[in-house]
Amino acid sequence: MPKRTDIHKILIIGSGPIVIGQACEFDYSGTQACRALKQEGFEVVLVNSNPATIMTDPEIADRTYIEPLTVETVTAIIEKEKPDALLPTVGAQTALNLSVELYEKGVLDKNGVKLIGANINAIKVGEDRELFKKAMDEIGVPSAKGGFAHTWEEAQKIVQETGYPAIIRPAFTLGGTGGGTAFNPEEFEEIAKGGLAASPTSQILVEESILGWKEYELEVMRDLNDNVVIICSIENFDPMGVHTGDSITVAPAQTLSDMEYQRLRDMSIACIRKVGVETGGSNIQFAVNPENGDVRIIEMNPRVSRSSALASKATGFPIAKIAAKLAVGYTLDEIPNDITKKTPASFEPTIDYVVTKIPKWAFEKFPQAEDVLGTQMKSVGEVMAIGRTFKESLFKGLRSLEAVKPLRLVGVPDHVLQRKLARPNSQRFSYITYALRNGYSIDEVHRLTKIDVWFLEQLQEVMMLQNRIESRKLNDVPSEVLRTAKEFALSDRRLAFLTESTEDEVRERRKNLGVTPVYKRVDTCGAEFESHTPYLYSTYEEECEAEPTERKKIMILGSGPNRIGQGIEFDYCCCHASFALQDADFETIMVNCNPETVSTDYDTSDRLYFEPLTFEDVMNIVEKEQPNGVIVQFGGQTPLNLADRLHNAEVPIIGTSPDSIDLAEDRKRFSALLQDLRIPQPENGTATSAEEAKAIANKIGYPLVVRPSFVLGGRAMAIVYDEQSLDEYMRTAVDASPEKPILIDKFLERAVEIDVDALADETACVICGIQEHIEEAGIHSGDSSSVLPAQRILQEHLETIKHYTFNLAKALKVKGLMNLQLAIKDDRVYVIEVNPRASRTVPFVAKATGIPIAKIASLVMADVKTLAEFNLPEVLPVPKIFVKSPVFPFKKFAGVDPVLGPEMHSTGEVMGVGETFGEAYGKAMEGAGLNLPKAGTAFLSVNDSDKGQAVVLARRLNKLGFKLIATYGTATRLKEVGLDCETVFKVNEGRPNIADYIKRGEIALVINTPLGSISHYDEQAIRKAALQFNVPTVTTMTGAEALIEAITTKLNEEKVSVRSLQEIHDGKTLMVNG
Amino acid sequence: MQNSKTLFLCIFALNNLNLLKMNLSKPAILVLEDGRTFRGKSFGSEGETYGEMVFNTSMTGYQEILTDPSYAGQIVCMTYPLIGNYGTNEEDVESRRPWVEGFVVKEASRIASNWRAEETLDSYLKRHKIVGIEQIDTRALVRHIRDKGAMRAVISTTDLDEKSLLEKVNQSPEMQNRELASAVTIEKNYDYPAENKEKYHVVAYDFGVKTNSLREFAKFGCKVTVVTAETPAEKVLAMKPDGIFLSNGPGDPASMKSVVAEIKKLTNSNVPMFGICLGHQILGQVFGGTTYKLKFGHRGGNQPIKNLETGKVEITAHNHGFAVDAKSLPADVEITHINLNDETVAGLKHKKLPIFSVQYHPESAPGPHDSEYLFKNFIELMEKK
Repeated sequence: MPKRTDIHKILIIGSGPIVIGQACEFDYSGTQACRALKQEGFEVVLVNSNPATIMTDPEIADRTYIEPLTVETVTAIIEKEKPDALLPTVGAQTALNLSVELYEKGVLDKNGVKLIGANINAIKVGEDRELFKKAMDEIGVPSAKGGFAHTWEEAQKIVQETGYPAIIRPAFTLGGTGGGTAFNPEEFEEIAKGGLAASPTSQILVEESILGWKEYELEVMRDLNDNVVIICSIENFDPMGVHTGDSITVAPAQTLSDMEYQRLRDMSIACIRKVGVETGGSNIQFAVNPENGDVRIIEMNPRVSRSSALASKATGFPIAKIAAKLAVGYTLDEIPNDITKKTPASFEPTIDYVVTKIPKWAFEKFPQAEDVLGTQMKSVGEVMAIGRTFKESLFKGLRSLEAVKPLRLVGVPDHVLQRKLARPNSQRFSYITYALRNGYSIDEVHRLTKIDVWFLEQLQEVMMLQNRIESRKLNDVPSEVLRTAKEFALSDRRLAFLTESTEDEVRERRKNLGVTPVYKRVDTCGAEFESHTPYLYSTYEEECEAEPTERKKIMILGSGPNRIGQGIEFDYCCCHASFALQDADFETIMVNCNPETVSTDYDTSDRLYFEPLTFEDVMNIVEKEQPNGVIVQFGGQTPLNLADRLHNAEVPIIGTSPDSIDLAEDRKRFSALLQDLRIPQPENGTATSAEEAKAIANKIGYPLVVRPSFVLGGRAMAIVYDEQSLDEYMRTAVDASPEKPILIDKFLERAVEIDVDALADETACVICGIQEHIEEAGIHSGDSSSVLPAQRILQEHLETIKHYTFNLAKALKVKGLMNLQLAIKDDRVYVIEVNPRASRTVPFVAKATGIPIAKIASLVMADVKTLAEFNLPEVLPVPKIFVKSPVFPFKKFAGVDPVLGPEMHSTGEVMGVGETFGEAYGKAMEGAGLNLPKAGTAFLSVNDSDKGQAVVLARRLNKLGFKLIATYGTATRLKEVGLDCETVFKVNEGRPNIADYIKRGEIALVINTPLGSISHYDEQAIRKAALQFNVPTVTTMTGAEALIEAITTKLNEEKVSVRSLQEIHDGKTLMVNG
Repeated sequence: MQNSKTLFLCIFALNNLNLLKMNLSKPAILVLEDGRTFRGKSFGSEGETYGEMVFNTSMTGYQEILTDPSYAGQIVCMTYPLIGNYGTNEEDVESRRPWVEGFVVKEASRIASNWRAEETLDSYLKRHKIVGIEQIDTRALVRHIRDKGAMRAVISTTDLDEKSLLEKVNQSPEMQNRELASAVTIEKNYDYPAENKEKYHVVAYDFGVKTNSLREFAKFGCKVTVVTAETPAEKVLAMKPDGIFLSNGPGDPASMKSVVAEIKKLTNSNVPMFGICLGHQILGQVFGGTTYKLKFGHRGGNQPIKNLETGKVEITAHNHGFAVDAKSLPADVEITHINLNDETVAGLKHKKLPIFSVQYHPESAPGPHDSEYLFKNFIELMEKK
């Protein structure tokens, strides 16, 4: 069937900010969909609140709205753009839910917008568990027994059907709290009643237990001609009970015979037909009983998903791209397979390697959260690795994780070990290998973990090989054993550890023995047809298919797995480098191991190496490809950490020199430089022991910011107010050593923080953006909202900032991008730190200025053009007001206090744009998921130094029609100035207290600034209640002021205005070509 | 069937032993007729074996492949690198024994993990005296075959000298013009009973029939009389069949002149006839067409076939090295299916007679079940009569 001619303009909804469970895989899918539809001649309108995405680049869609994903805003966009169709299936659950709301509110019908890809009924059946179960019953596909209960009586009825053990899950509780497994009626009564009470909607799900069953996923595609194909099967290493996003997963399925696999395939096809997904991809999950093969269908997602992105990378079959084409009427047999060119997309990929995905968690960021894995996803990123065997792909994947400190377990007591094995947690893998090395049989480990014995046996083979090597000197390890070790993907570093030698020695020895990797291609077809796409992975075999070219080429090192502090922003920069350099006629080579990203789309660069970002793996590729230049400054800390060693190995690193990077990162050298340039910095020192720290503290005076060197995202960063807390920090939070000193800075209390992004080379320096933080100093820059252009900074300070930036760029001989963090306190500008690399805010600044600064940086670095030749102004102009705001994952971690501090906790960001600050900030808040309160009661509880400001804010709230309620001290002050204000108990003062008010839904806004350690418990209780009941909460006065500004704007505006990037920049988006 | 748990335990006990053996297993060597050589490790039986080197791209179903008689005379390389993970069992066999001449994998699993597993792949192959080689760069081998075409090969664990093996492999028989159906067909006719109520009687020519074809017929209420490849037409007609089935099988279809002649006699009987794979190639010749050898054949479970009557695509299992030449077919034969990968003929129908055939395997095992409807179509033809 040819493409539809009844539609011309298509609206695509993106997935919004990066949150746990919805990460940049939806940028990958969305970008593919936009491009595919544009190529087919459709006019594409995109809405997504996330500025760090490639999909929101102005050239990807025809109209790009970086606006909040709310019914109100998207309605305004629909009314303005009048699209013919809406594609709801590439923006995760966010886009599906929003599309259903738009449909139900009549917006789609009223504006004549057709849904393509999935219809309303299919979305609902996919989402509603009861409808889904009924649909599956009708086609004879078994689903788990059970159902929803709203009362104890209903729960009792359901448990008769499910039997014991029964799983109870309360709806809408934080991190799934209040649920559990009941093994008998007594436990059931306790958990079910507790769950009903805990759920805000008094709703629990009671299900039969299928914990420990094998878990599988199938990626299915269907076209309008009812052709259905399976793209990939995935088997979870961790059996049922652990969210698939938190499981190690393996493609293809490993332990199903053909008969069993075909049964799942038949069920998947029946399911997609029954649910009624007309075109596109769906993900279907199954549980299989390891004792007898019984099957339960778990769920189906009628859209592209995290797993479909993984399946696309795992097979080379671009699911989102094909789904977009199917949505506009093509059938699978009309679409060519990109990789073979000659065969059609109507086939099922077959692979001749094994793919392993491993999640990356951030429990260290949430010390109050218990490290257990369950049905609530908690990982913040993932890596994928490809190998010719499971062992190879698994161990490559582990190496890709960049574990800061590998967990080397010693002397774990049996009861601890058994608990760690039986209860899934982020470190279980280490405990499994420990158990296997310490006399546990595969059978025992299987009994405790329920992990399939096949996987465990594979691990055991690697453990046994390690044991064989461990007792030997490097030169005594026979060549054949060394080769086997590399076939099992043991890293040179690991082998150095086992043989008590150095990584360089291992590398040299294996090269002498000819033990070097070859590269194979991912080709969708198991080599049955020739591959025209250099999508490569390493392995230790005979034949190499890399076939490097003779072109001039640049290699770009990616940023590895997403983590808090290093996410999609860096992938954005890497992609831009690739795009710009391809346009300038370079061959680009991408190296990365993150399956979620656009950078690992085989379409992004000329050549893609899906490999870990370690020295060993990168050097192997460098030796094979011999690039003319390597870019390390775009992928965040990951490639930067390799800069020195690569430089020493004579790898041609382009851009700012590794020496300059060191000059900026080495505290002592950097302080000396600032002194030379007469640039003030907060008083500081470097300590290698607790005693030294104390001495420095006494010299500088409290409060202090303390942190380890060479970390990203403010890892283990803290503010200490006295010697006691400094002592505690030194004792518990870090291990200081001469190699890893602790950095101590004077904390500039209540200072205004500034972020500057700049471009520089020897010919010029351009300030791309001076962003002012909304929250005051003390909150990590990644967790602070910021505004561009700066709103409250005096002109003279802006001049000073410019001056410092120019001087530092010159002194550091920056070639490419640089980022400065500054603070203004008492009319003085301080430089806090300088990073001569791409920063987290590059995409935000690029979207706000309309200038592709990462592309310009790449061209400058590769000597295509000098910066001066771009003819940019000294400071890039900003045509509107742009606010960037973070989003936080606190809801996923039960028991965590959602308070902000110097350690970064946000996973993603949104952008708001407006004519005024109030409008832009309001949009950013809405984009981040906060409903701006328009009426109701505002609660205030502030510390003494904030009371003056509180009066001003309370007056404004009062004028806007808000009632006021405050704790005793704040209330007294407000009453003194004549404001009508109710007094409420603090949490520790009695009942009903403020937390009760919040839980009763009587509070519309919480303004609560910290009062110090005495009221810590109180504040925590307020924040937690507010988080659970979705009440907007601000903890700084500057934040409160900004929010009230936004509310004021919202109350005064008649209709929401929406602006596309193309309009904002008036089509003047700079095209950069080499 | 054995209790799966007990089996696991037995395997565990063996496990450490297996691991020790891992690096101690004997060397094996694979030499192709053009001299390309791969050195790896022995698995399965030891010895020396010759055959046509082919590859299969199915990721599951190795046991069905091993026991598919169409692989007689061939050494099969699996493109998926990890084979044997779920072991072997008594249920997933497609005939009375494995027929491959040799088996080539990247890595054979040391254990079997599945509730139906009864034996590891290694032990199954040893028991059936099938010579295997593992730990070679199978992707390099597949690319070689893809580029150079299917060719003769030898696997040996006894003679490790490349030169001597190359000489021997060049003296081994070629697949072209090789007749193998008579080697795999049964010795004596037998009946395969219908499930539930018996509605039809089908006579199936066994050129190397897969059991799942018989299971399919049984499921649709057919009693199947399986007859030897050389059965004369008269004998078949004397059985008064409602339908005649021509099975899959090994070898060069052009070498089967006498069978083609017998089948030709059957076409005049007006008894519905259905051919699969070799059966399809025989029908092609019966209608006056010719067959030719493909460069490296189609073997796998992911081949896209377009049904030209419905316009729909089915994902199908294939195992063939020859194809019917579209240009050679007379006007009263219609091409009903084509392979979308290379547009070769995948299905035929006689415009007047109740006869049709497909090049691929609607009985699957291993492979997708998308084409099961062809059995229904055949039942409908019998019903109409």
